[in-house]
Amino acid sequence: MERGVHDRGGWATQAPIDRSEHELADWELLTDALVGVLGHAGLMNVDELRRGIESMPPEEYERASYYERWLFSIETVLTEKGVLAAGELDARLGK
Amino acid sequence: MRYRRGQRVRVAARRHEGHHRTPGYVKGKIGSVERVHASFTNPETRAYGADGLPKQPLYLVGFAQRDVWPDYRGGSGDRVYVDLFEHWLEDAE
Repeated sequence: MERGVHDRGGWATQAPIDRSEHELADWELLTDALVGVLGHAGLMNVDELRRGIESMPPEEYERASYYERWLFSIETVLTEKGVLAAGELDARLGK
Repeated sequence: MRYRRGQRVRVAARRHEGHHRTPGYVKGKIGSVERVHASFTNPETRAYGADGLPKQPLYLVGFAQRDVWPDYRGGSGDRVYVDLFEHWLEDAE
């Protein structure tokens, strides 16, 4: 049966599991806080967060870090809801 | 609550497009109800902006590791436990 890229249990791999920890950067802490605020504001729930992460193109999912996936999902869901305009974040960041 | 503690259940093997909380490695596998948790809003609809109602019963289902992994080499009594919603379970008795 076809499985999503996130549906990981039992995937055969020879690659070692990276168990290293890292100090969280400011943007990662802010991303975590942002999801909490969006939940309190009723703008986005944790299931929408998960769904947004699972909708990532598989190659991008593999490349992205934990909180990069969160950011992808936040932008996806908030753009769907019209809270963000398409391309608004990139425009503000001057990309 | 359709199932009770100790009852054998099979996890539905159906395809499901979109967000759901049933891991692929237990689909089609038979386990037993270890605990009846309670009813919770449905993440499959909440993930798309709905309210998740009606609430769905959630169970803790235990599986023999040997039933889940064909080449499992650990102890015969080893088990793996997964939280599963009732609409993913079928009667296996």
